[in-house]
Amino acid sequence: MAENHPVAYRYVAEAKRRGSKLISIDPRYTRSSAMADLYVPLRSGTDIAFLGGLIRYMIENEKYFKDYVVNYTNAATIIRDDFQDTEDLEGVFSGLKEAPQGTFQKYVYDNATWQYKRTAAWDAAKAREEAMKAATFAEMIQKMVPPPAEKDPTLQHPRTVFQIVRRHFSRYTPEMVEQICGTPKELFLRVAEMLAENSGPEKTMTFVYAMGWTQHTYGVQNIGAAALLQLLLGNMGRPGGGILALRGHATIQGSTDIPTLHHSIQGYMAHPDARRKHDTLRDYILTETRPTSYWANLPKFMVSYLKSMYGDAAKPENDFGYDWHPKIAGDYSFMASFHAMALGEIKGAFFFGQNPATSIHASLIRRALANLDWMVVKDNFEIETAAFWYKSPEVQSGELKPEQIKTEVFLFPSAQVAEIEGTFTNTARLIQFHEKAADPPGDCRSDAWFTHQLALRLKKLYADSTLPRDEGFKNLTWDYDYAPGTYPTNTRIQGEPDVMKIWREVNGFKTETGELLKGFGELKDDGSTTCASWIYCGAYPEEGRFLPANHTPDPDDKPGTHLGWGFAWPANRRILYNRASADPNGNPWSERKKLIWWDAGQKKWVGYDVPDFPATKAPDTPAKPGATGLDAHDGKSPFIMIADGKGWLFVPVGLQDGPLPTHYEPMESPVPNLLYPKWQNNPIAKVYEHERNQLATIGDPQFPIVLTTYRLTEHHLAGGMSRWLPWLAELQPELFVEISPELAAEKGIKNLDMVRITSKRGTIVAKALVTPRLRPLTVAGKTVHQIGMPWHWGFMGISVGDVVNDLGAWVADPNVQIHEMKALLVNVEKAQ
Amino acid sequence: MAEPMGFFTDTSVCIGCKACEVACKAWNQLPARNGGKVQLSGISYDNTVELNGIQWRHVKFIEDFTPDRSTERWLMMSDVCKHCVQAACLEVCPTGAIIRTEFDTVVIQQNVCNGCRSCIAACPFGVIEINPETNTAMKCTLCYDRLQAGMVPACAQACPTQSIQFGPISELRQRAQQRLEQLHAAGVMQARLYGHDESILGGLNAFYLLLDEPGKYGLPANPQLPSRNLAPSAALSAAGAVALGLLGLVGLRKQRMDRLAAEERGQGEGSHAG
Repeated sequence: MAENHPVAYRYVAEAKRRGSKLISIDPRYTRSSAMADLYVPLRSGTDIAFLGGLIRYMIENEKYFKDYVVNYTNAATIIRDDFQDTEDLEGVFSGLKEAPQGTFQKYVYDNATWQYKRTAAWDAAKAREEAMKAATFAEMIQKMVPPPAEKDPTLQHPRTVFQIVRRHFSRYTPEMVEQICGTPKELFLRVAEMLAENSGPEKTMTFVYAMGWTQHTYGVQNIGAAALLQLLLGNMGRPGGGILALRGHATIQGSTDIPTLHHSIQGYMAHPDARRKHDTLRDYILTETRPTSYWANLPKFMVSYLKSMYGDAAKPENDFGYDWHPKIAGDYSFMASFHAMALGEIKGAFFFGQNPATSIHASLIRRALANLDWMVVKDNFEIETAAFWYKSPEVQSGELKPEQIKTEVFLFPSAQVAEIEGTFTNTARLIQFHEKAADPPGDCRSDAWFTHQLALRLKKLYADSTLPRDEGFKNLTWDYDYAPGTYPTNTRIQGEPDVMKIWREVNGFKTETGELLKGFGELKDDGSTTCASWIYCGAYPEEGRFLPANHTPDPDDKPGTHLGWGFAWPANRRILYNRASADPNGNPWSERKKLIWWDAGQKKWVGYDVPDFPATKAPDTPAKPGATGLDAHDGKSPFIMIADGKGWLFVPVGLQDGPLPTHYEPMESPVPNLLYPKWQNNPIAKVYEHERNQLATIGDPQFPIVLTTYRLTEHHLAGGMSRWLPWLAELQPELFVEISPELAAEKGIKNLDMVRITSKRGTIVAKALVTPRLRPLTVAGKTVHQIGMPWHWGFMGISVGDVVNDLGAWVADPNVQIHEMKALLVNVEKAQ
Repeated sequence: MAEPMGFFTDTSVCIGCKACEVACKAWNQLPARNGGKVQLSGISYDNTVELNGIQWRHVKFIEDFTPDRSTERWLMMSDVCKHCVQAACLEVCPTGAIIRTEFDTVVIQQNVCNGCRSCIAACPFGVIEINPETNTAMKCTLCYDRLQAGMVPACAQACPTQSIQFGPISELRQRAQQRLEQLHAAGVMQARLYGHDESILGGLNAFYLLLDEPGKYGLPANPQLPSRNLAPSAALSAAGAVALGLLGLVGLRKQRMDRLAAEERGQGEGSHAG
């Protein structure tokens, strides 16, 4: 966190000043470790074993927060009789089956057996058939409400979630953690004790993570394991609790809210998908709506979104233009797209502030780029992606010849953040507006300008088309030009779109009158409201009141929720699911940790934050049987977006690779899976097959060393914002590889020697930085060396170096298709 | 004179991000070495290596590990000119280029400095060097220009963890004492202050909270004015005798320069950076 989020680390420093304890768990001793009370080394890629060990410790030693677990999680819920755990099937769950063609997987799961046991028979297919006949969306959803689940609040029933979780993690003993992670048992137990001591009614504890947890073929399950542990300890929905995701760069949160993701549209609605039952709008709504949660309102969000896309052309009789909306038909993620490009299936590409020529398995990406007819690069400088055709290692080696590369490259200079006005959304879902400081130089333009101007030109080109496939594009609303006479006069740049007009559409308005919406509670499913992103609704509640521009902090940091600073979606809530900050009866768990509570006199929820709960729903409100939405939950169910209102220890739907986190080894590992010898890897991980995408075998003697990659404070991602800047380039001027003194001695490597690092996919060179901050670990009885490399470098700019991602593999997590650059196998040798 | 102002640098919360280095260079428009195209130093994460004429802030990285890692520490410290109350550089400067400002900070006037290097030899902390672009001696000005405009120095403004704190010395000393007591109470017994009182050169207006002995950070335990260093050897050599004579002159000069500097300030001058 100190390395990559020094500005956010100020809060850690402040917490330390106030006496908080800080633990750093990392394969390397980092700048964050330097300030920690406890540094804990582990082998890269073994986080589930570590977290699983903590989960077992909390259960076996009864350190979990019992009142919280029983009332606020699904611990008491009983799972179907035919569910089989990894304990029953030696490392996989019930439902594993061969994958269909084109998924890049060997296996996939059918999650039918992972479901709750219902108190009555329930035929979802039949319910769906009935629902399709309903007249309104609301009626449709009502038909999809299942009978309640069976429960045992004593948690004793062997098929309760609690007992399944207990059995599942029973083999994650401290000894096993030591064997797998290489973390000394005593150190692991100290962590366990510190977490337990700092959780409960009086205290809370938080996890902060970044790519160290995500960039694995089980990245999502790493986070899931932390969530499970935090629910057991009662650290969700409470101040100082939670799991904090540190993002890769500024407004990454915003780019998933208003998504650049391939598989979702605005506000975390699923992207219409030809592979799912999404044929019509009704199909989409039936498939995607969770009837017994706040998501029961999805028809309102979706119809309002379609109105924002197609405006007046979106009508009830044409399903609000649903048929015009693009549908995905496959895996369009980063690696899948480059895989298709490598096979010659993609003709053109846009790269805005992205440098794929130095990204995962970069040598293969650069070869793929040579298959394009054209590409557009919009960046600050002539980055590696724009220069691949004459400067890449493949051209230097003669494997690619510039005269044979037909890719036409269009390089557009980009404006920088201080040269653009607009909003950022940070990881706390906080939207903040920033003004621009200066005009960009020369022809540099904002991404908004570029997209706006491109769209205007395309609209013109398509205007006369009579093809049915172009109807959607023709109907797409695109009214972002400034109103006549309102264009800013303090700039020489012409043709920028009006940011506040875009915000009108994002926030939403009444379709007829144009009146801005005050919150997503006003959304309708009949087309009378227009709203691009329901979760951002209310940020711009009326003309002249734009809450992301608010800059009023709480005086003297009291109470510290700072509701007057920016706007946090949804509805300016600072802590999600904050009903959990009060006990089942609505009283704060403790004075020290109070946030919101039930005021019996006023008959409403009050406190320091905006309640993430129906404002006047009393704690003793019973659930209404058969009801949809939040009426289906009682007054003690804080998790309002979840079907049963409870935090899920066991996840029956939503995850591709199992309802519980399970330790698998990285796709390349020096050791076998000690917990489940029959299943070395995540059984449904993705591998994008290509002759150049080979993997090392388990304990491969040619590649005995674990490589983990990371970033440095001094540089930014692929370097487009740092390697060209003298003041930053001089701070970390060259690529290096961090090697422990022990490994250096073994290999005869001295500090600053040039060394060669080789994986199954490529070889690069770098200078050695010999440092005790890395250390060998004892794993499964043998010494495992780990080395570390920052990956910022490439062959352009002031500071140049080999591309570390050349070593990477095209393998992916099955949920979100993230790669595994955090744990590879390599060898290291002195270069001369 | 306005109240003495300075830095308190709490190294216990320094995360080595180097924001201070970059902010300093950006504000003072100091160039990167060789346009940024330099070689890896191999000294931990330190690639700027020293304070000099174009490097007025420098973050030190000290890897303090035993082979078995029973001790493991990575100490970081943002180094800067100490703005000594008894400033050797000011004492030896033959041209009077080095002045004490109304904030009790020490500034080299670039339009007076003739690049004679006396101050470089005199500084016990190795802070000053010739800026190759101007051929004059340069070092931290404690952002004299910003101070005159009522602003915080660039480095302190940029520091994300408040490791670098700027303010009136009297207030900083209190804050430092509180922080020290807090750390001692938390069992960090090695924590200590450096330069917070008169014992070092009459007090350092940029003083530190360190987590180990000064030597660990490359700081002299007991820095001396050059006059004290020179005295014994001077008696033994002709060169020394000349030096002593010079020092006498410098002493007289200092009073005059202080007066001149005060007059200059009265005319609203004295800022060099921008």
